[in-house]
Amino acid sequence: MSRYGMVIDTKKCVGCTDCVIACETENNVPYGFSRSWVNQIAIGKFPDTKVEILSERCNHCSNPPCVHVCPTGASYVNELGIVLVDHDKCIGCKACVEACPYGARYIHPDGYADKCTFCNHRVEKGEDPACVAVCPTHSMYFGDLDDPNSEVSKLLNSREHHTILPEIGTEPKIFYLK
Amino acid sequence: MFELSTTRNNPLIDPALHAWGWEIPIYLFLGGLVAGMMIISGYFIFSGRQKNPDCACNFLPFFSIFFLTIGMLSLFFDLENKINVWRLYTTFQLTSPMSYGAWILILVYPALVLNIFIRPPQLLINKIPKLKIISDKLYERSYLIKWIGVLNMIWGFLLGAYTGVLLSTMSARPLWNSSLLWMLFIVSGLSSAAAFVHMIARDRYERELLAKADNGFLTTEIFVIALLLIGLLTSSQSGINAAKLLLTGPFASTFWVLVVGIGILIPLPLQLLAVNHKVKHTPIPPLMVIMGGLILRFVIVYAGQYSNWLNIHF
Amino acid sequence: MELSRRKFLKLTGFTIGAAAAAGAMNPLVKGAKRIDTKFNKVEKGIRKVPTYCSMCFWKCSAIAYVRDGQLWKIEGNPEDPLSNGRLCPRGTGGVGAHYDPDRLRAPLIRKKQRGEEKWVEVTWEEALSFVADKMKKIKSDYGPESIGLFSHGIGGGFIKHLLKAYGTNNIAAPSFDQCLGPRDVGFELTFGDVVGGPERTDIENSRCLVLIGTHLGENMHNTQVQEFAKAIENGATIIVVDPRLSTAASKAKYYLPIKPGTDIALLLTWINILISENLYDKEYIDRYAFGFEQLKAEVSQYTPEWAYPITGIEPELIKATAREMGKNKPNTLVHPGRHSVWYGDDTQRARALAILNALLGSWGRKGGLTNQDVFYIPPYPYPPYPKPQKENADNPNKKYPFGGEEGYTTGLREATITGKPYPIKGWFVYGTNLIYSLPNTEETVKAIQNLDLLVVIDVIPSEIAGWADVVLPEAIYLERYDELFAPYYKQPFVSLRQPVVGPPADQKPGWWIAKKLGEKLGLHEYFKWKDIEEYLDTRLKMAGLSLAELKKKGVVKGQKIPLYIEEGFKPEFNTPTGKIELYSTQLAKLGYDPIPKFTKHPEPPAGYFRLLFGRAPMHSFSRTQTNPTLNNVMSENEVWINSDIAKRLGIKSGDYVKLKNIDGVVSNKIKVKATERIRTDSIFLVHGFGHNSKMLKHAYLKGASDSQLITNYKIDPLMGGTAMNVNFVTIETEV
Repeated sequence: MSRYGMVIDTKKCVGCTDCVIACETENNVPYGFSRSWVNQIAIGKFPDTKVEILSERCNHCSNPPCVHVCPTGASYVNELGIVLVDHDKCIGCKACVEACPYGARYIHPDGYADKCTFCNHRVEKGEDPACVAVCPTHSMYFGDLDDPNSEVSKLLNSREHHTILPEIGTEPKIFYLK
Repeated sequence: MFELSTTRNNPLIDPALHAWGWEIPIYLFLGGLVAGMMIISGYFIFSGRQKNPDCACNFLPFFSIFFLTIGMLSLFFDLENKINVWRLYTTFQLTSPMSYGAWILILVYPALVLNIFIRPPQLLINKIPKLKIISDKLYERSYLIKWIGVLNMIWGFLLGAYTGVLLSTMSARPLWNSSLLWMLFIVSGLSSAAAFVHMIARDRYERELLAKADNGFLTTEIFVIALLLIGLLTSSQSGINAAKLLLTGPFASTFWVLVVGIGILIPLPLQLLAVNHKVKHTPIPPLMVIMGGLILRFVIVYAGQYSNWLNIHF
Repeated sequence: MELSRRKFLKLTGFTIGAAAAAGAMNPLVKGAKRIDTKFNKVEKGIRKVPTYCSMCFWKCSAIAYVRDGQLWKIEGNPEDPLSNGRLCPRGTGGVGAHYDPDRLRAPLIRKKQRGEEKWVEVTWEEALSFVADKMKKIKSDYGPESIGLFSHGIGGGFIKHLLKAYGTNNIAAPSFDQCLGPRDVGFELTFGDVVGGPERTDIENSRCLVLIGTHLGENMHNTQVQEFAKAIENGATIIVVDPRLSTAASKAKYYLPIKPGTDIALLLTWINILISENLYDKEYIDRYAFGFEQLKAEVSQYTPEWAYPITGIEPELIKATAREMGKNKPNTLVHPGRHSVWYGDDTQRARALAILNALLGSWGRKGGLTNQDVFYIPPYPYPPYPKPQKENADNPNKKYPFGGEEGYTTGLREATITGKPYPIKGWFVYGTNLIYSLPNTEETVKAIQNLDLLVVIDVIPSEIAGWADVVLPEAIYLERYDELFAPYYKQPFVSLRQPVVGPPADQKPGWWIAKKLGEKLGLHEYFKWKDIEEYLDTRLKMAGLSLAELKKKGVVKGQKIPLYIEEGFKPEFNTPTGKIELYSTQLAKLGYDPIPKFTKHPEPPAGYFRLLFGRAPMHSFSRTQTNPTLNNVMSENEVWINSDIAKRLGIKSGDYVKLKNIDGVVSNKIKVKATERIRTDSIFLVHGFGHNSKMLKHAYLKGASDSQLITNYKIDPLMGGTAMNVNFVTIETEV
């Protein structure tokens, strides 16, 4: 079992949303929905304002509350550590939508809970997720966090980083380099 | 100054989470009401009151089945993928309160049916004569009747607690993430049930008893609400923000006027006066209590979804 | 032959079913009847088609994926020196251009008054005959020069060819006088050569990158943004000068929140510091530059203390940034920018930028402005175009002495209004929404009233289409062949645009429209090629390539060239002195300031704010707002208002307001972004929103349009650019 995760360099990211759009086309995300999104946070007084740009999506938490609350086992973690939804098992009770502190899940017009899959269909073929592959600033990295030789592990070892809402204990697998 | 802008605009999620609509509060309320009725009914059976044909425990299970079915239908309405609903019953998910809930609801029905077996109404016996035989056999073994009472109390307790646990395990929603929520929902369920039985009770003793009990439940409810809010106010920033949603925020008027005022503080002295025979028993205070219980579920479900850890509503 | 009843039923059932299906596939619109059968075959599996993008004008090479006959996704072509295998958000979202529900579907002829958006759908035959007849009449009544073309983008090439063959010389593009004209003129006056597009900037290797208002990251020219990220990774010092804390500014070591309209003061001060503190590249200047002593004498008056009250930038910050530039020379790049029509003295500002680059020795240096070359593809052997009998109407008597090859859109508009130097009676508008791209809509509408013919060729019903007599729906770039793309660049290359999928209705490619119309006008000798494939193959064969090869590869690279002086690049400066002209002999000769001077610009009156506009990374101009893939990420624009101002006005983020300019024009309602990312004297919004063409259903009245508020503009006397950052607006909180 591997533990795939993402590392995003906020210093290089310009928030262009290419990741969001590549996700839309790769996965046929229906119009009016987003599996990924870009948040911009600005803190401080002009002109000394600090801006952080965060390319966000499902964090594929190691301790995923959405999987815990699912009453049918439709939400599960696969052998790559990717949190997925089995559409055929999902009853659309929305408990997972409520349980996700990141707002990463939505109800697909076809009635099932949907979200980022880390492009599991690509990862299985050894490719990067579409968002990572498209990023024009090369600020997104993807790989096995358990493999000390992976690019993501090396980046996390060498650079300061943070996750989103670590205080809830979900153990997100998307890391943001400062 | 903290500014956040986002490109996300998912229906039901943004700008604030509102994935659960009216169905879930209705379901939670009816679940709590039935839970309370089962506890009351179970207690009466345990106390041997079923011998009295007028005892509420002899007709409450019918109301319970009715309300519970409405509640389950309401839950069913909320499902976005209804044809898959059977999936709930082909699995048991150890960590999912909703999975427990699904099974508890299934097991509640037999408990209610057992309750009916104790003293089936004549109308039913006419249709299914066998019921009389079952009922007679139960009377031969009175310890079984006591057990049915205990069973109803236990299942009622589990059902009531479950309605709160369902929400409180969601650490993503600070308002819900309190270990007092299940207690609040049980007490509120009991007070609504007591109010309901009070209204429909044929037996004068039971009516008086339930009015008194209801006052106890309402008083307890006030304390539980206070403790829950204090708990939140002394926790993290997100907890403080969550409490403020009810105390001063967008849900404050509903919370103070409908839940606390009309739902608890006004009916409480009115019922007190009635119990002390200062005023006549009227259905108005119990109706207020029931409405308060219903609105409580709405406020908790809606405000809870609104509360979050990012502390941002845009 | 006898049929059993069962078999008969089966057969008829089948036939009826098939007929019903055919009926269902025949949509109500006339234009939808004929679909390119080539792509309409039932297709299974994944097909990859290399082509180049048209979502902006950078033209990255891409690979489009077709899955089961449907356009699926578009990725960058790894062989492409522009995209390096990664497209920008718009390129990735090009899929939505194909599926855009608001696309033009069939040719339209106006039914009622101009601008009322009432149309009759007609066949191509009817539409083109209508246009050809009108063109013939204009030619006989006024001469061919009385038709003008406004064109933006490579797709306009064939229409341009058609109109040149028809005999007009009045061809203009908003990319010059509404965009990068001042920059190109300023740099050409200084270095004798333009910066080009794609630019010769070597951002990637820059040790110190200076951006004056250039908001890389929001301004999403793919290669530049990719290189910008690399510069950040390499630890380059980034200096950003902008009244707004742009994305780029948020990455900067030094952010200079300059007062709008005072950039020249800052640039001259920097020049003075570089010279007086001996931070400039002396050897380089001695060898390549002309007029250093004059420059030195002229700029000595501009001290940081002088600049402080003008620009609002602390003297220490001005000094520190100048020293940082000097320290990193010659690997310092002062980015020339792109959209540069700001305050009316823009060519002089570009001159100051060019001089600054010259002092840092950056032309021909690593991390500066590199050498560039082109993959030469000979033109198609057409007969020469007829020689126009009249001078260009857009710039009579060379009123603006430094016009480029592209004509003046506003000049052509002016001629259409006044009828001078001669009447302009017909407009062709290709791929540019003049209502949005030209300042002062009223003048544009006034000009339109004088026309006998207005033809708009576009893919969506833009605002200008609403004013047209005839609207010709073009197939989008993924559905057509186009001219070859072989620009001047650091790495010469040629790339091909080829159809990936068929058009969804009766849209046609530009080349087809031009050829058909040309034939109706009797211009057969200019359209001798059978079809575009023959045209492209002929040209490619002359360059030793073939269409078959390009169709497979999408892009073919030319030979590598030396980029830097150190690599053997020998710069030649095509100026009168043959040197880098710090002192411009051309300007001196014509009586203009040979060295830039600072002039003060009016400031907003009390209660008003300067209207600034710019880009969002996921949209291109006013062309993409209905694209569902892109609209999904940004469906309306916001007005950036300093949070202190917002507080004072009693508004907060998410509220809607209207903007009213000094001439009383009121915008659509627009969402507030109260922010600590902009000065208190300016407001900012992203260009291209606030559409009022009802046919753009998915963008109609979403956000506000800066263009609507730009009633004032100031003309650059050197090159005729229309400066647009000279409008002041007030905020109306009651909506």
